[in-house]
Amino acid sequence: MLSVRIKIRLGDFGLDAAFEGAGGGVTVLFGPSGAGKSSVLAAVAGALKPDSGRIALGDQALFDSAAGIDLPMERRRIGWVFQDARLFPHLSVEGNLRYGLKRAPAGPIGFEQVVETLGIGQLLQRRPRELSGGERQRVGLGRALLSQPRLLLMDEPLASLDAARRAEILPFFESIKSDFGVPILYVTHSLAEAVRLGDRMVVMRDGQVVAQGPLAEIASRPELMLTGSHARDGAALDGVVQGHDDRLTVVRAGGWQVRTPRLQLETGAPVRLYILARDVMMALDPPSRISARNVLQGRIETIEAQNGRVLVRVAHEGRTLLAALTPDAIEDLALKPGMSVYAVLKSVAVDGLGGGLLEALDG
Amino acid sequence: MLTPAEVQALVTSLLVAGRATVFALPLAILVAWLLSRPRTPGRFVLNALAHAPLVLPPVVVGYVLLLVFGVRGPVGAVLFNTLHLRLAFTGWGAALAAGVMAFPLMVRALRLSFEAVDPGLEVAARSLGARGWDRFFSIALPLAAPGVAAAAIVGFAACLGEFGAVITFAANIPGETQTLPLAIYAALQSPGGDALALRLSLLSIAIAVIALAASEVLARRAQRLAGR
Repeated sequence: MLSVRIKIRLGDFGLDAAFEGAGGGVTVLFGPSGAGKSSVLAAVAGALKPDSGRIALGDQALFDSAAGIDLPMERRRIGWVFQDARLFPHLSVEGNLRYGLKRAPAGPIGFEQVVETLGIGQLLQRRPRELSGGERQRVGLGRALLSQPRLLLMDEPLASLDAARRAEILPFFESIKSDFGVPILYVTHSLAEAVRLGDRMVVMRDGQVVAQGPLAEIASRPELMLTGSHARDGAALDGVVQGHDDRLTVVRAGGWQVRTPRLQLETGAPVRLYILARDVMMALDPPSRISARNVLQGRIETIEAQNGRVLVRVAHEGRTLLAALTPDAIEDLALKPGMSVYAVLKSVAVDGLGGGLLEALDG
Repeated sequence: MLTPAEVQALVTSLLVAGRATVFALPLAILVAWLLSRPRTPGRFVLNALAHAPLVLPPVVVGYVLLLVFGVRGPVGAVLFNTLHLRLAFTGWGAALAAGVMAFPLMVRALRLSFEAVDPGLEVAARSLGARGWDRFFSIALPLAAPGVAAAAIVGFAACLGEFGAVITFAANIPGETQTLPLAIYAALQSPGGDALALRLSLLSIAIAVIALAASEVLARRAQRLAGR
């Protein structure tokens, strides 16, 4: 597990960050540009030396100012996937992929397996300049993976691609996460990527960590997400696929059953839903004869007024939903924290993290 | 077509320039690489030393070489006593003098190529576990290949044309150190040598044209190799 506690002064900018990564899976380092995310990444990689603090992977210190430890980058065994891929232009795709493999101690990640997972078998003899942006990113990812890293750093790997390209590449990142078991530290300012890939979320602002925790919990706090528009405020719900009928998929999220448009997932598969606050209605009694497929009973946790509208947080067995209502509606229903209510939402408004979410969240 | 004397001057020139380039190029690559790295200690001194032949009069360079590599000079004496190797007034000495004079030109061509290598690639190589010399041979050198080709051509051409340092350190011995420019000079000094001087000059021009064409071809190949 990655643990970071560092201070760096860079001109006028001060970085003072402390956080823990997820033991496995993806830790998302999230925040606006200039928050210090990339500096943290560079410090973990060994490309930027902190003024003080400690960076450790499991029980091995990579950097420890008190103990005088500063392992050079080439000995940290941390893979780095760059925004601009940084493939070696004089080597073929295969030469790039094998560059790290040749220099790494024998490890579990095999050449054939990586090539197959990333679908780059037909590209092996090509030169980097002959690849599209998406192909370059896949090769860069493969190259980093094959260096048998103990941790993978990803620095906005999709930021230089357009929405269509990103939607095409994201599944590869998901298979990397599920197939290879290398923990990932993923820097992004895209809420869609974070919600889609993350297990744990660390939010940074102005060089400080302002929140960290399980992704669904952190991503359901709109004040941290800086979506730029209240229209994108919402809550992430973790669940598992309970079953399918002809047109809908039933997802069990804690005590809630949520019906979504049909998902291409096996029964029992984990799934994360993202539900926009503006799509959720509130009722005091269970509504009857209603078209909406989802009526979820819960208890009001908080009611927060924000310029012209009110965000109501409803929770049930550890899961939360957000509903955006008008102040009038709050008054008419006399909503108060602690009340039992019914959250109503249409199935079609529930996003099973298909391609639609990318546009919906990142505009 | 060419008289034996002309062939001799041509062969001597190619031999001197060839030896000089082969020995100076690796050293120039190393120095250029060190100079292209901002954290090299003593960069300023190294830079000044490497560029000195460019700003000194060639006669002075030849004289300094005599002082250092002459049979009684500090280095020359050691070479002579241990290896029975004499540099002053020999073909190898001519190569040394020509190589020293061409060295700064080679370093300049190489340094630009090393500096043009994206430092991000070096970071990528480090993150993949490549250490210092490994990175030099696997990343910096192949990507600077166009510069290496350019430096070899520029160096070779400069060695062919070097006059002052060669004649001072290695004298003007036909068949040994008398390269084309020295032969032209000797022809001009002798009565009725104008025709020979003209023919040798035309020969020099022909070699220059061939070298330029070769550098074009080489540079293109090297660029392909570097993936640009």
